Amino acid sequence: MPANFETVVVDTDLLIIGGGMSACGAAVEAAYWAKKHGLKVTVVDKAAMDRSGAVAQGLSAINQYLGYAEGENTPEDYVRYVKQDLMGISRDDLVYSIARHVDSTVHLFEKWGLPIWRDENGKVVRSGRWQIMISGESYKIIVAEAAKNALKALADNGEIFERVFIVEPLVKDNRIVGAVGFSVRENKFFVFKAKAVLTCLGGAVHVFRPRSTGEGLGRSWYPPFNTGSSAYFTMKAGAEMTCQEVRFIPVRFKDAYGPVGAWFLLFKSEAKNAFGENYMVTRVDELKKWAPYGLTKPIPANLRNHLGLMDEREGKGPIYMHTEEAIAKLVQEFPDEKVRKKKMKELESEAWEDFLDMTIAQALLWASQNIFPEEKPSEIAACEPYFIGSHSGASGAWVSGPEDLAPAEYFWGYGNMSTVKGLFCAGDASGASAHKFSSGSFTEGRIAAKEAIRFIVENNEEPVVDMAEVEALKAQLLKPLDTFEQYKGMTTDPDVNPNYIRPKQFMFRLQKIMDEYAGGVSKSFTTNKQLLERGLELLAMLKEDADKLAAENLHELMRCWENVHRMWQAEAHVRSVLFREETRWPGYYIRADFPNMDEENWKCFVNCRWDRNTGQWEVFKRPIISIID
Amino acid sequence: MPSFVIAEKCDGCKGQDKTACMYICPNDLMVLDKERMKAYNRDPQMCWECACCVKICPQQAMDLRGYADFMPLGASTVPLRGSEDIMWTIKFRNGTIKRFKFPIRTTPEGSIVPDGGFETGTDDLKSPVLFTEPASLGREVATLKK
Repeated sequence: MPANFETVVVDTDLLIIGGGMSACGAAVEAAYWAKKHGLKVTVVDKAAMDRSGAVAQGLSAINQYLGYAEGENTPEDYVRYVKQDLMGISRDDLVYSIARHVDSTVHLFEKWGLPIWRDENGKVVRSGRWQIMISGESYKIIVAEAAKNALKALADNGEIFERVFIVEPLVKDNRIVGAVGFSVRENKFFVFKAKAVLTCLGGAVHVFRPRSTGEGLGRSWYPPFNTGSSAYFTMKAGAEMTCQEVRFIPVRFKDAYGPVGAWFLLFKSEAKNAFGENYMVTRVDELKKWAPYGLTKPIPANLRNHLGLMDEREGKGPIYMHTEEAIAKLVQEFPDEKVRKKKMKELESEAWEDFLDMTIAQALLWASQNIFPEEKPSEIAACEPYFIGSHSGASGAWVSGPEDLAPAEYFWGYGNMSTVKGLFCAGDASGASAHKFSSGSFTEGRIAAKEAIRFIVENNEEPVVDMAEVEALKAQLLKPLDTFEQYKGMTTDPDVNPNYIRPKQFMFRLQKIMDEYAGGVSKSFTTNKQLLERGLELLAMLKEDADKLAAENLHELMRCWENVHRMWQAEAHVRSVLFREETRWPGYYIRADFPNMDEENWKCFVNCRWDRNTGQWEVFKRPIISIID
Repeated sequence: MPSFVIAEKCDGCKGQDKTACMYICPNDLMVLDKERMKAYNRDPQMCWECACCVKICPQQAMDLRGYADFMPLGASTVPLRGSEDIMWTIKFRNGTIKRFKFPIRTTPEGSIVPDGGFETGTDDLKSPVLFTEPASLGREVATLKK
């Protein structure tokens, strides 16, 4: 082990891991309750909180705002919407729990300084039933400032560590007692001892091979620095996981993955294939096959994908978003030329802001291809698969619902607590509660933080950390540095060495397995039992070779462990896709050997658990209990 | 469009232990070459082109160059981020220039109070009511408890 690595031990009450929207919500809420009860809160983030997580770049809309006080929508409405979008596979109690609080969070954002679009009557500008428009370039900076100020108010009882990458959980007798990781900037190994841990880590990108594999490798829709850490952390703690088969594939503007929401919802734009056909019209009969979900509005995201993909498979691409037709239609309403010109200018500004606030690359792509949206259409396409429990995917840990909402089967003491005592989850870390987006993730962080503080108050035991285990973990975590040092002199090119594998090639190997065996882009999202089983064989050898990862420096050491995290997410996915013998989300993946939906046998959750003692996986069914019709 | 550093403009943030771009990059990509006192992006293939580095650079020494594997050359998107708004200059491949200005924040930097001025409705740790509720919600928190 590199001798010059200092071990830093941090004792705390609540440890919040992550720095994105759910972590910021957790910090804000936890600080209030911790102060009342004299507890300490520690946040640890692998980046800088101002710009960490999926909202780093900003956003142009908030996708979950009910307008509950104004009587626009109820939490029940939201539960129905989410369940419909996920083809019936959703936890009503968890979705309701977020929905009943989410407006409260959005009102805070506005007070803090987030510019929310309002019309001349002071009403929020909606782009859809649930979506509101914002000028959100600094969304994350604003939210992070609130979190940091909340921690500051705790004085010595509030602290934040940035650029510390958490790798492994510390667990004693199925109770979380802390976490370990390392600084990516200095030779320090960190041990956090905590009475409760709140996982607010990200979902996963780059598990599947992306469409762009050259320099554009990093241009994923969801950020490339979300590497499956939440799934890994909770799985390794021994937590039961859910919906690991529910990947998410968004349809976005092709290549730069700019948002389509404002174009579809706000500007009422239409997408059509090369022959001018709208697949939502020409393929409407296909929706019957997916009844009742295919026949209820709004049509689930995965089914909309599916219809578009059917066009592509039949060689009917490119699929174009007809921005020019939408804009022409919108200005048509204004016969006066002066007014029309002014309206045109407004629309142009809104269209560009939509990209510049959240996907600058898309603005650059338009500029580089001389695309003026009022003049010509732009291609859209399905991205590669991602794991994101907060959007229209659902993978994450299986957590308890709140006492006043959850049926007995979904309740074990504390809302948002996983099956590991004291280990709480929010945002992309908790599963079966899709469509949280930014505001819902922040809200879920708040809900989970309050429950975690209650857990600490009611179970106030010192965490028992086995320091011999910690030493072993330290050696394991730092091993890639040793491996590189030990063998680097053997060959003339450090990239090619039979003794080790560097993290980027390891990632490419994972991506190739997932793409070709688990139904990635190159297989048009289609797989079967035999392919999945072969994929598992190859994954098993990849897992063995993870022991030979090599890192030249701290940055590369982070890359090594990020890829181990991705690999575990991949394995849970393959095992769950294999277990579910049907096709339920055809726009996310098709099981060619079970091409139909089977409501009788598979209207259930697929859960899985990795056993810490035996190292074995079990995959099993859990019932869906509806509390809202 | 990975970020890149304009050699002439970068001053390595004047020898501080970390540069602004190193501080902010969510993917830990920016590094300071201490010999040349210039920063660089160590792994453009993993760059999300979020432009956090471009916006924060005190010397305006950073920019984005469209991903070489799918973007034609010649365009740029240059931000100028202030305390209340952001100005964008978009240059098209054909030379067309467009400028946009968008608000980013309605309050002074550093002024945020976590409760937003909303009163706390309950100090009951067991209640599902969060610390700014019901004031921040505008009505009572919904429940399904009979």
